[in-house]
Order: sequence, then structure tokens, then C-alpha cells
Amino acid sequence: MSTDERQLVESAIEDLFASHPPADTPEKEFWGAQFDAGLAWVQHPEGFGGLGVGPRWQAEVDRRINEAGGSTRNRYLNVLGIGMGAGTIMAHGTPAHQERFLRPMFAMEEIWCQLFSEPGAGSDLAALATTAKKDGDTWIVNGQKVWTTLGHLAKWGLLVTRTDPDVPKHAGLTYFIVDMEAPGVDVRPLYQITGEAEFNEVYFTDTPVDDDMRLGEVGQGWAVSMTTLMNERVAIGGNVSPRGSGSIAHAVEAWQKMHGEDGDAGLRDQLTAYWVESEAMRLTAIRAKEAAQKGTPGPEGSTAKLQWADLNKAITSFTIDLLGPEGMTYPGGYEFTRPEQTANRESSAHKAYLRARANSIEGGTSEVMKNILGERVLGLPGEPRVDKNVPWREVPRS
Amino acid sequence: MSALTAPAPVQPFVLSDEQRALTEMVRDMLQSASPTERVREVMMDGGFDQTTYAQLAELGLTGLTIAEEHGGAGASFVELSVVFEELGRRLACVPMLSSAVLGTTAIQVAASAEQQAAWLPDVAAGTARLALVHLDPAGRLAADPGVRASASGDGVTLDGTAGYVIDGMSATHLVVAATTDEGLKLFHVPADADGIERRPIDVLDLTRPQATIVFSGVEVAADAALAGNSQAGLHAALTAGVVMLACEQVGGTREVLARTTQYARERVQFGRAIGSFQAVKHRLAEMLVQSESARSAAYHAARMLAAHEIEELRVAAPLAKSYCSEVYERSTADSIQLHGGIGFTWEHDAHLFFKRAKSSKLMFGSPKHHRALLADVLGL
Repeated sequence: MSTDERQLVESAIEDLFASHPPADTPEKEFWGAQFDAGLAWVQHPEGFGGLGVGPRWQAEVDRRINEAGGSTRNRYLNVLGIGMGAGTIMAHGTPAHQERFLRPMFAMEEIWCQLFSEPGAGSDLAALATTAKKDGDTWIVNGQKVWTTLGHLAKWGLLVTRTDPDVPKHAGLTYFIVDMEAPGVDVRPLYQITGEAEFNEVYFTDTPVDDDMRLGEVGQGWAVSMTTLMNERVAIGGNVSPRGSGSIAHAVEAWQKMHGEDGDAGLRDQLTAYWVESEAMRLTAIRAKEAAQKGTPGPEGSTAKLQWADLNKAITSFTIDLLGPEGMTYPGGYEFTRPEQTANRESSAHKAYLRARANSIEGGTSEVMKNILGERVLGLPGEPRVDKNVPWREVPRS
Repeated sequence: MSALTAPAPVQPFVLSDEQRALTEMVRDMLQSASPTERVREVMMDGGFDQTTYAQLAELGLTGLTIAEEHGGAGASFVELSVVFEELGRRLACVPMLSSAVLGTTAIQVAASAEQQAAWLPDVAAGTARLALVHLDPAGRLAADPGVRASASGDGVTLDGTAGYVIDGMSATHLVVAATTDEGLKLFHVPADADGIERRPIDVLDLTRPQATIVFSGVEVAADAALAGNSQAGLHAALTAGVVMLACEQVGGTREVLARTTQYARERVQFGRAIGSFQAVKHRLAEMLVQSESARSAAYHAARMLAAHEIEELRVAAPLAKSYCSEVYERSTADSIQLHGGIGFTWEHDAHLFFKRAKSSKLMFGSPKHHRALLADVLGL
């Protein structure tokens, strides 16, 4: 079976490279051809960007494209679509949705964003209050979303709304694809502590959404959202970075610049302790990957986000301390720009320090992550819930 | 490490089916042979658990890394790491670290083939137990003055005092690092030789006895001197000791996490299991995160040890020892806190792990010491 899959993938790669040499084909044209060759999401059925083979072959495909001088940067430039939207559309969309959206998404002709979080629904996503009311074949959307990455560039959004306030919170949600150019959609930059607006606020005022843009049944929005969030985990947990890279590299650099000569023993010990934990965490990522590939995943796969968040905050802060007076500066000043990437990959130690504050908030706060580990991995009982079996309308909200 | 079991390619993190079977076998055996009651009985008595040790020998675990030609199992340090994790879980009072790791490795690396053939089969069989004598009474490594060897006839005479000898009271043979005119040398000496006086140390961790050993004109035959590179033998023994101790710490950490989690599920206050309170749950979640990273660090070092990746071990060994030590210490301290009053009693096992954690943290150099070694390697 696996040999057949290898041959299938191999010959698809060869045909693609022959017709569209990765180094010499314009990016968008190449990505379109990659989709047509079934190498966009190899696990999708043929005709939908895949070959119907195991998802593990994707890493091999991407590696080959990069080696041949091609680009796979669409995966992070359009991460909300390619990483999260595609899987949701495959699982819950109609053939018409799949036909219409997947190829332009992969070829970066249309950027996607995710419209989940709200000012009143952060950790408690299911409490969200943006409403969609049915009017014939159209839904009318009103409300506000927040932390919308790529919202200012997006053509389409993955939107969760409340369609029934009279049932418990998880039961009254419905999921749509929304046209970000539709009437009543207002995207505003949300400037964060780095001075950049990596995110947006999105306001909906009587925005019409056709019923045929619904993913899943009315009232099934929570289940569809979970598909999206499961895909988020997969999209984020990909490669293991090399030893000594990331924030610890900034710290080592700052150490060598400022203290390589004086060799302050206390700072050196602290720096090494951070290096040790970074490396232990990296080894855990390798171990988790091996275990997952072998089909024996254990708790080592669930701890990375929490550990990384707290460690990254600590190391980036320590790096600024190492810099001494220079730690009081912000090189280049606050720029108030709207970056076109989700994560600014070459950021200064100063910007990394400020950006890291969000690590323990975004994608699940550290407090929520600890609840999840405690309850799902260790089997500890949950907190008593005051919102269980209570209609959403009656639950207190801030 | 030329004389150790032949190097194998670096093994994956995930244990093979055989290695998992070994884990289960050792776990089952120790569960019945070394329950808490047995550990407490032996530790109050100051000796070692002879029945459990005999069972370990029967299963071939006392000579796990000893070559088959010398009566051992010819397995690698990955297999031994699995054994140490289980020993750490049960706090088994057996001289495995001293004999199967420190003494055995020193002999494998520094002794001649004839010497190995003469000494190792009894170790593998569990009838001889080795202890490594390498610290002075202040705990300094192979320092002068610790034990001094001076020429006398065909052999040497050993004089001086050594401290912190792990399982020094129960060992049948000592591998003694002594200063000679040509530098450090290792000697294989019967523990009951004339002129040797052994005194138990009042230790913090009663499950792992230590001794002070005084050498007064101890006559040693010429062929007791290890024929190869003693310096390399001692270094290899301590590297293996550091890594196996880290694996033992991982076993202890995981056991403490499991027991404390169990308690948090069962203990009810304010009408709820205390594990439902986030203040309790979050501490346990943090313990889980750290125990998983400690496992990775220790497993990585063990597989590098098995593959004789000497360069990588200069990173992996101090990394594992410094990290696992601190995780174990923190976990055992948190465990006492989460148990509340009962965790402070002698009757409860929490203090046994707490003491093992502190003692093993300071054994073979503190985390700070190992971080300094690592910082040198990294050029920081």
C-alpha cells in the first residue's frame, strides 16, 4: 500500500516538475499547477488538490519543491485558508464549495481569514455573540470579531455566528464562509504593543450571507469550528527547528555582545539554563513527532504550546536585560505598519520581547492549556460549570 | 569507550517492542519485590535489598551492559536506562548505580581483557558488587589528597580517606581512584582488605547509603592496577553515572506525578476533589510538562551513550543531569505541598522521593556545575 502511495506521489512530482519547473515558474502559476497535480493537500481526493494518500507524504512533497528552488510560502502567507480552511471545507463543505474555493486559495489568488474570537468571547469561544438571522435564503450578520489575522487582505472569512440564543451556548452556533467585500463589513487595524497591526477588528453591520455559504447544518457550528481548530494544531505543529535557534539565539547573541568579556557567572548560568530548557523542549518535539509517526502518541505531544509560551516570554525578557542600557531602546521606532505575514520571521530582540507577551494568550491561554492538560491528560475533574444546560441568553456576559 | 559493548547506531526515541517488554518485566518484578514497605524496612536497616538484588541478577540486569563473554547480557545503555527509570519509580535499595554503572563502566574502559574476564562475571552474576571510590572527604573529584598510592615491592600501598562512596558499605570490591606519581590510577581492591575501614555516613536519602572509607597502608598487588587508561575509565564511568542517574530521576518524577495526581483525584475538600481546583490542577499540569521534557533530555543522553557519541554527550549529559535534577526536585517539593499535612509525615512516601531528589541533584555535581560544563562546550 505504502509503496503504491510512494510511486503515486513520486510520479506526480516528476510530472509537475517537468511541466512547471519550480525554479522558473511564477509562484501563483506553480501553486495552481501543484493543486492540479494533486500535491496541494495530498490527503484530499483527486480533483480537490490531493491524491488520496496519507497526509505524511505532504512533508516529502514540500521538501522536494523547496529543494528544486520552488516556494511553499503560500502555506504561511495564506495559513488560515491553506492550513485551516481547506480541511474544514473538505469535511463540512459541499462539492460546490470545494470546487469553488480550494484552488484559488492554494494559488494565493484569494486570501482567507478566521472570524472566531470576539471581545466578549476569548477563552470561552462558545459564548460568542455575533448574530446571524435568517431572512429568506439570506442570513443577516451583525456583531464584532477581533484578533483577525490577515483580515485586511482577505477575500473570504471563516465565520462562526449565533443563530439561536435560546439554547445552551454550544448548540446555537452556525458556521459560514463570508465574503469580506460584502456590504457592511468593516475591517480596522488592531495595533498591538509592538506598534504593528498584525491583527484586525472586523465589524459586521447587516451583512448579507447566502444560505449556500453555510458549512454544516444550522446549529452545528461548534462541531465545524472544532474541525478548524484541529487543523490549526496540525498546521502549527510541523517542523522541528534546529538546535539553538529561535529566541535562545537572540539571548546568546546578546550575551556574547555584552558579557562575553566580563563573563558574569550568574547571568551565564541563567542563560545556560534557558538553553537547556529550549533544547529539552526541542528534543520533546522530536520525540513527539517520532511517536506520532509510529502511531503511539503520548502526553509529550500536548505539552509543547504551554512550555514554549512561558519559556519564550522568559528568554526574550532576559535578552533585553542582557542588553543593559540598549534594552531601553526600540530600534527603528514603533512603525505602525500592517505586516503581510502572520508571524514576523526576522524580528529584532526588542520586537520579539514585546511580541512574546501574546504567546501565553493566543491559541489558548496558558491557564486554559493547563486546564486541558490537567483534565484530558491527567484525568483530573473539571471545575463546576455555571453555564451548563442554560440557554445562552441567560448566561452572564461581560 | 572502546571496551564497552560495541557502539550501535543512534536509536530512535520511541522504545522498540523488546525494550517495552523489558520495561514491563522490570516494573512487574520491582512492584512485587520492592514495595514501599520493603524500601522502608531496608532503609532503616542501612543495608541493601538483597532479595531484590538477587532477582535483578536472575533477570540478567546486574550485568546488563557487560559483554556476553563475561557473563553479561551485552545490552546497551538504552536498555539500562529503562531499568533505571523503573528503579527510580520504586526507590529500590539496590547497588545498581554503584556496581552496574560506575564500577562496571570503569573496568570495561580501563581494565585489560584478562582483568575484565577475572572481575566482571561475578558482577554480572550479582555475587560481586562494585563501588567507585573517587571523591575526597570534602566531595571533591579525584582530588589530591584523597587516596594516595605509593610503590611498595611489586605492588602499591594505598593511604588516605575517601568520602561519599555510594554503596560503600555493601560493596564487595572497590574501584579506587588514587593519586600516584604518574597521575591518577584506578585499582580494583577487595572491600575487606586489611587496612580498610568503612564508616557509614548519616545520609539525607536513606534509600541510598554512602560511606567514608579510610585506607591505612592497604597492600595491593600489581595486577590490581587497571591496565588501561584510568583517566578515561573514570570519565566514562562518571558520564554513564550522570546519564543513568538522570534516567532514575525521570522515573522518580513520573511516579511522583502519578501518585500526586491520584491523590488530587481522591482527596475531597469543600465538597470537591481538590484536583478540580485550578490552583492544584495547574501545578500538576506544569509538573507534566516538565516531566515530559525531562524524559526527552534523559532518553536523548542515554541513546547517545549507547551509540558512543562522545562529542554529543558533552552536551547531552550535562543537559540531562542539570534539567532532570531540577525537575525532580521541584516535582517532589510540589508533591509535598499538594498532599498537604499528610505529605509532611514520616508515614507518607512523599519525603522519600523528596530526599532522593535533593541527594541525586547534588550527586556527581550540582545543576550549576553541569551548566558551567555545558556553557564551556557551547562557548558561552
